[in-house]
Amino acid sequence: MATTTKKKLVQWEPADIKTELLEKYPPKVARKRAKQIMINEALQKETPSLTANVRTIPGIITMRGCTYAGCKGVIMGPTRDIVNITHGPIGCGFYSWLTRRNQTEAGPDGENYMPYCFSTDMQEQDIIFGGEKKLAAAIQEAYDLYHPKSIAVFATCPVGLIGDDIHTVTANMKEKLGDCNVYAFSCEGYKGVSQSAGHHIANNQVFRHIVGENDTEKPGKYKINLLGEYNIGGDGFEIDRIFKKCGITCISTFSGNSTYDQFASAHTADLNAVMCHRSINYVADMMETRYGIPWIKVNFIGARSTARSLRKIAEYFGEQELIDQVEEVITEEMPEVEAALAVITPRTEGKTAMMFVGGSRAHHYQDLFAELGMKTISAGYEFAHQDDYEGRQVLPNIKLDADSRNIEEIEVEPDETRFKPRKSDKEMKALEKAGYRFKEYDGLAPDMDKGTLIIDDLNQYEAEKLVELMKPDIFCAGIKEKYSIQKLGVPMKQLHSYDSGGPYAGFQGAINFYREIDRLVNSRVWGYMKAPWQENPQLSASYNWE
Amino acid sequence: MRKVAIYGKGGIGKSTTTQNTVAGLVELGRKVMVVGCDPKADSTRLLLGGLAQKSVLDTLREEGEDVELDDIRKQGYGGTWCVESGGPEPGVGCAGRGIITSINMLESLGAYEESEELDYAFYDVLGDVVCGGFAMPIRDGKAQEIYIVVSGEMMAMYAANNISKGIMKFAQSGDVRLGGLICNSRAVDNEQEMIEEFAKKLGTQMIYFVPRHNDVQRAEINRKTVIEWKPEVTQADAYRGLARAIDENKNFVVPTPLEIEELEQLLMNYGLMEAA
Repeated sequence: MATTTKKKLVQWEPADIKTELLEKYPPKVARKRAKQIMINEALQKETPSLTANVRTIPGIITMRGCTYAGCKGVIMGPTRDIVNITHGPIGCGFYSWLTRRNQTEAGPDGENYMPYCFSTDMQEQDIIFGGEKKLAAAIQEAYDLYHPKSIAVFATCPVGLIGDDIHTVTANMKEKLGDCNVYAFSCEGYKGVSQSAGHHIANNQVFRHIVGENDTEKPGKYKINLLGEYNIGGDGFEIDRIFKKCGITCISTFSGNSTYDQFASAHTADLNAVMCHRSINYVADMMETRYGIPWIKVNFIGARSTARSLRKIAEYFGEQELIDQVEEVITEEMPEVEAALAVITPRTEGKTAMMFVGGSRAHHYQDLFAELGMKTISAGYEFAHQDDYEGRQVLPNIKLDADSRNIEEIEVEPDETRFKPRKSDKEMKALEKAGYRFKEYDGLAPDMDKGTLIIDDLNQYEAEKLVELMKPDIFCAGIKEKYSIQKLGVPMKQLHSYDSGGPYAGFQGAINFYREIDRLVNSRVWGYMKAPWQENPQLSASYNWE
Repeated sequence: MRKVAIYGKGGIGKSTTTQNTVAGLVELGRKVMVVGCDPKADSTRLLLGGLAQKSVLDTLREEGEDVELDDIRKQGYGGTWCVESGGPEPGVGCAGRGIITSINMLESLGAYEESEELDYAFYDVLGDVVCGGFAMPIRDGKAQEIYIVVSGEMMAMYAANNISKGIMKFAQSGDVRLGGLICNSRAVDNEQEMIEEFAKKLGTQMIYFVPRHNDVQRAEINRKTVIEWKPEVTQADAYRGLARAIDENKNFVVPTPLEIEELEQLLMNYGLMEAA
């Protein structure tokens, strides 16, 4: 083979890999993709800017999802007592039915609609004559059957094309039903450049129609909301367990294992802890403006990150009792974690990982891999914006393009009666002076090593090329990538739905993850990818003219 | 069978011109089917004597899949078959999709079969080529010849030019051709000369100049075509002339639409002639 002229992999510089990734593209595509592939400089100031949240070039097989998926699937899907009706032909409803593995505990009332799939199942006649009447009938039917507290309606692409006025339909039904909050989301799949637009639309409507509906004070101390945690594989259960142990009261989770009432009383909490910055920062910002609840960034993926986040919450409340309790919990939980690491790390140390997922997960999971002594050599998000890579300080410089302008931005003002600063100016200043950071997220880039590759909106072709060139020990993405990567002989872990595993959050979750990764990267099965006859043919022959 | 689609700006008189022309073709002994492609379902009123025709889409909605040809077409003046595609109320749904559905339905029910012995199928299409649905008759060989109804008014010519763009697009992938412009006079200055020149620039012909006459309105009030209402009036002869011109037409082209500047220049040249 003529590989002699090529460099060996170990000699490859990140720049060579970038060049190789772009080589097959036509010049214009290569130019665009080059702006979405960044060689990390580790130091924020030197890091060149990365282009994110832009349209995928047609023809590229992207990993992204659609706006409907982001709105209905991600944000609204995990709430168990809202009847979610997909207004459209049946496919959108069917394929977003129980596919995210977001779990729930039905609670004493047993009210749980997540196992159901509700859709208006539009037919050609509904497209031609409009689907408004059918939608109203569907809302009525759902109400008559279940008497839910709330019904949400999600627009699919054809609904936007034919212009069904879903907001008027839902407003009328809300008035008619009286004791059921009905509202709609204009989350047609084609809106925006990725599912990120759907998150924003969901945030807007939840804030507009639900948050602040219930003023009843909930009992408990140290009240927080956990934002951007979706209880995939039971992550939320583990985090809840830890909160309870620490004495922290979680008023609401947006939106893992949540209920309508949690959203409705979210404004009674005293702190918003944001996990997934990309999908939920909008509602955190709006709650701060309207109700005076400050927000901080946390991460419960990784045992050490969990400890850090708990301490951060305790420090905010500043009460010795909580600080002590948190320390006690950490002291109690960590030995088991350390014991697991002591066994597993010798087998994982020095191995490499790649992850291309979400708008936060590709950052958060690096902490877990770091605990295992594994290095993330390349990572990127599917649908994040520039601030998720480079930190919120770039926000003022992000140019609003037409695609972003297309998504509504709600203007929020302080609530006349319910706005209440949670801490005095003096207290906030003192915390900030002590290094406490509100409303901050530094993004993924500063946490990655110099020379690693950060790639936005990775696609099928580049994923395979990257694996071929850099040969990671494990590759993490979603279901679409699962088997194409495994066919290359590299274990693949889904970080959207966790395959069939989880929880991976918190302390117990971290232990689960270590074991899972150990199992994957040390499995010998990947060595048997080639059939025996491919490596040692029993017969060999040549043409007689050779 | 010749498949003819009539396009033109809204309100220009497409339905009136189509039905009056069809009446002329009937006098020539032709067997015609008129398919109204307008959600208002008023394209066959004069041929049916004002009879409200149940549209294809309404029938489909009420009867489900079990629809027969006789449910959706009615015989009108001189044995013409009249069909209304129908569609949603203004402001809801998708009328374009409706037209696609109803034309497909007509086809599958055999309305175009040889056994029907049609000489002509006329599509009377709403307004401009606004979306895929309204372009349906000129796609997939549903219609092979197009006539654009136009007048000497700026916006009518503008629309005609736009429709020509649509025809040009579909002509490249199919066999649809422009048969000419029908000038439905609004009695503006130098109208006939201007439309003749406009047609020439589009690479086609002004196939007929229909003068403006109140008899058209009078016949409409009586829910009749002019030929049926008063066969002896001059306007009836005008429609006979148009019917003959279409029947004898051999001039079918791929149009060459004008640039906007060119179109405005044309208007200026002819519109200002009188004033100068």
